[in-house]
Amino acid sequence: MIASNLPALIVATPLIMAAIVALLPSGALAWAVTLMTSLAVMVFAIMNAFSGDGQSISYALGGWPPPWGIEFISDGASRLMVLILSGLSFASTLYAKSLIEMEIHSKDQARTYGAWLLTMGGLLGLVMTADAFNLFVFLEISALSAVTLVAMGAGVDRRALIAAYNYTIIGAIGATFYVIGVGFCYAVTGTLNMADLAQRLPDATAAPVFVGLAFMVTGIMVKAAAFPVHMWLPAAYGYAPSAVSSLLSAIATKAAIYVLARIFFTIFSGLPDVTDLILKWILLPLSIMAMFGGTILAIYEKDLKKLLAQSSIAQIGYITLAFSVATISSISAGFIHMANHAIIKGGLFMAVGAIAVTIGKRANINSISGVGRAMPWTSSAMLICGLSLIGLPLTAGFISKVYLVLAVMDAGLGLVTALILLSSALSVLYLWKIVEVMWMRPYQGAPIAENIMIYGPLWLVAAANIVFGIYAKPVVDMADAAARAITAHALIGGGL
Amino acid sequence: MMMMSVDTALKLGLFAPLITAILVPFLAVRVNFRDAAGPIGGVISFIAALHVAQDVMAGNVPEWTIITIADGLSLTFKVTPLGAIFGLVASGLWILAALYTTGYMRGNHETHQTRFAICYAIAVHAAIAIAWSGNLMVLFIFYEILTFSTYPLVTHKESQEAIRAGRLYMSILVGTSVVFLLPAIIWVWISAGTLDFTPNGILAGKISADAAPYLLALFAFGVGKAALMPIHRWLPAAMVAPTPVSALLHAVAVVKAGVFTILMVVVYIFGIDFLTQTQASVWLAWLAAFTILASSVVAITKDDLKARLAYSTISQLSYIVLGAALATAAAIEGATLHIVMHATAKITLFFCAGAIYVNAHIKNISELDGLGPKLPWVFIAFFLGALSIIGIPPMGGSWSKFMLMAGSVDAGMPIMLAVLAISSLLNVYYLLEPVARGFFKPQQKDIHVDRHLLTIMPPVITALLSLMLFFTVDWITPFTTLMVTP
Repeated sequence: MIASNLPALIVATPLIMAAIVALLPSGALAWAVTLMTSLAVMVFAIMNAFSGDGQSISYALGGWPPPWGIEFISDGASRLMVLILSGLSFASTLYAKSLIEMEIHSKDQARTYGAWLLTMGGLLGLVMTADAFNLFVFLEISALSAVTLVAMGAGVDRRALIAAYNYTIIGAIGATFYVIGVGFCYAVTGTLNMADLAQRLPDATAAPVFVGLAFMVTGIMVKAAAFPVHMWLPAAYGYAPSAVSSLLSAIATKAAIYVLARIFFTIFSGLPDVTDLILKWILLPLSIMAMFGGTILAIYEKDLKKLLAQSSIAQIGYITLAFSVATISSISAGFIHMANHAIIKGGLFMAVGAIAVTIGKRANINSISGVGRAMPWTSSAMLICGLSLIGLPLTAGFISKVYLVLAVMDAGLGLVTALILLSSALSVLYLWKIVEVMWMRPYQGAPIAENIMIYGPLWLVAAANIVFGIYAKPVVDMADAAARAITAHALIGGGL
Repeated sequence: MMMMSVDTALKLGLFAPLITAILVPFLAVRVNFRDAAGPIGGVISFIAALHVAQDVMAGNVPEWTIITIADGLSLTFKVTPLGAIFGLVASGLWILAALYTTGYMRGNHETHQTRFAICYAIAVHAAIAIAWSGNLMVLFIFYEILTFSTYPLVTHKESQEAIRAGRLYMSILVGTSVVFLLPAIIWVWISAGTLDFTPNGILAGKISADAAPYLLALFAFGVGKAALMPIHRWLPAAMVAPTPVSALLHAVAVVKAGVFTILMVVVYIFGIDFLTQTQASVWLAWLAAFTILASSVVAITKDDLKARLAYSTISQLSYIVLGAALATAAAIEGATLHIVMHATAKITLFFCAGAIYVNAHIKNISELDGLGPKLPWVFIAFFLGALSIIGIPPMGGSWSKFMLMAGSVDAGMPIMLAVLAISSLLNVYYLLEPVARGFFKPQQKDIHVDRHLLTIMPPVITALLSLMLFFTVDWITPFTTLMVTP
């Protein structure tokens, strides 16, 4: 019963529980239920990863077969994404309790957890659905609930309201663009199912299809915070409550990037000439600009949460760059980095949030002076995630770097390889700026007692960085399966 | 110990330093226990390294795969003859360096001694792992770990100067390794389909003769630890670290890991024959020759004893790079010998510099006048070490220099004889000056001198070791012969 309905359960459980959690009387109770829900979703996701013997499973909602009904697809790609999203959601939820108690008014806590689950459910749905319009619905669910979460930061810093407002408007533009694009494609094909679209689009009238593709890609790039439509991200992650920053940074943009891959390699797989043009001449240069722009801004940024957000822009650049090369091995490298970046940046945001609430002020390059010695557990976990970010061997980040460089070099793009490595070397600068301040300067505040409810989950994520750096086979294999699954509809071998 | 199998010895030699590092914080409640951990760890890993080396000499290839990280990428250790030698050097000198560290840190009243001991042991672990790495990726992994583990040692004083030196250290070593070394490795991986160290190399027929010099350049400039000019500046900067770091790490483990990497790449990745056919390494020989001479000239201008030794190290490292670039059997053997000979001699000199600093609080050469009779053992040890580096019999260094000279004739580049000869003359000038001042110049002011035994014994022992290596060079030559006649 459970096994055959896994794809629906993964999405429905958090959505249904969100409504219940929002009505619970106390924050602690709401947290407990949220934690149980996210644990259940993670268990479902793990079961789902092992179901179907590596074959893709189509799940028809309400028994209506595709292309008429809404279809959920559980293939290599969505399996990996669901694992990433649910695993990081669980760790973030575990970590969220103490921070939400400190940063959000007690009467708002239950509703915050409601929005929290809604975000999770929306993003999971985004990944699972095989229906282009249904995807828009999940896009809106996750965006509106995420905006609510960001706005909750107003209790600590009023600038969160402006950030949330910008996030709403820009996000809405992105979603609207996407749905306009879907409209064009629907008009010429009469279908909304992705696989069905993939078959029909090559035979449809060319002009509306190109317009549709352009609108869809632009819309989703806004959601994925791809350069140059990333402006909402640093403020939104920077002023959101600390727990929310770690949740969103780990999972929100990842789901959108995944959708981007679906658009290019599944929906429009029948038009390799067109997608190749966009990938090579638009997405690739933009990704390189993101790599350098994000890194350089991070080097000059003083506020730690914003610094991490700038760094995320650069890291998203690596992922979109991997996709833009469009070979099986590069798409696979993109998925590897998506998984690894989730545990890297999730952990870093957790650590910075923990430091901020502990020292009682925003974490910036001056206020964290000497914190390395005052908060050894939190800081050492942060260091591990930071070293993983810059790709120290035996951490997950190194695996990402090796596979990305391998794929890009194998595709014969020597100059791009050099640029990747250069920006990767530059990223050492902003990490080292933090390391020097945290460990080489004296600590002036009062002695600190660290809370295991905060650094425990953080260490789980930090340990994952080491485990997946030494035993990367599961991630690499799943990413390979994901790349093969997402390109399975490709009719002509456009570089694939 | 007789019962120890080679597999056990391999694991023990690798992990004894790491276990030492893990135990140090728990032993820190008693400083004597903590400071005993280093020498004991050193003895254990040295004995293990001896077992491994014996097995290698018998013609075997001890091998151990810890884990397969992903398909085609495994954490494998495989001891080549070259690796066996470097493993012996790193672990053996660690014993003395650990003893010396205790004397130095206590005599100098340094802070954070526990953190220091931990990072020191991790660095040695990384060096031994580099020595015994089975493929290029494993070598790269521990190469990076060596950089990161030595950063807290370089910035140990936490002064502005130390932090600035740390930045230079990190940016050059990490920058070059990421931007040049990593793509070089991946280039090899894509071309040859493997990264395993294999006798005669893996690249012959896999990359074109035109591309070979560029690939070699990526390696030569990617391995910043070999301190080829113009990427040498991190090494003088790193001298801000306490002297035990300069002695073991920046005269032995770290810099030797650099030239070791270049030798491994030349012998087991390119293959000597392939390099000779393609002439891909000729440019590197010239660059090494330039580095040898230029850094010797810079060394003369330095009055700070450690800075002078640092530039001397840069010069001597390029002897080894030169040997690798000449790519003849004799040159490779000479380069390998020079790893051993220079290590023992240069660690002696650094030990002496540190001993002079701890016991007499002097850093500059111009202030050494008349100090010789007050610290006679230290100055005699310095003298012997200097002779070995100059290459005068009966010191070990004369063998390696002789082999390198023979190698340059074999390679058809007799001009390198002149480079080596001029460099020796410069060595005489700048390395014997401190000794001459110590013994023959009158003392200018009365200096109070302590005598911490643990800072004086180690240099005397390593100086004697340098002397002994002249007579026992045939302990090492079987390994070098194995390297060039697989």
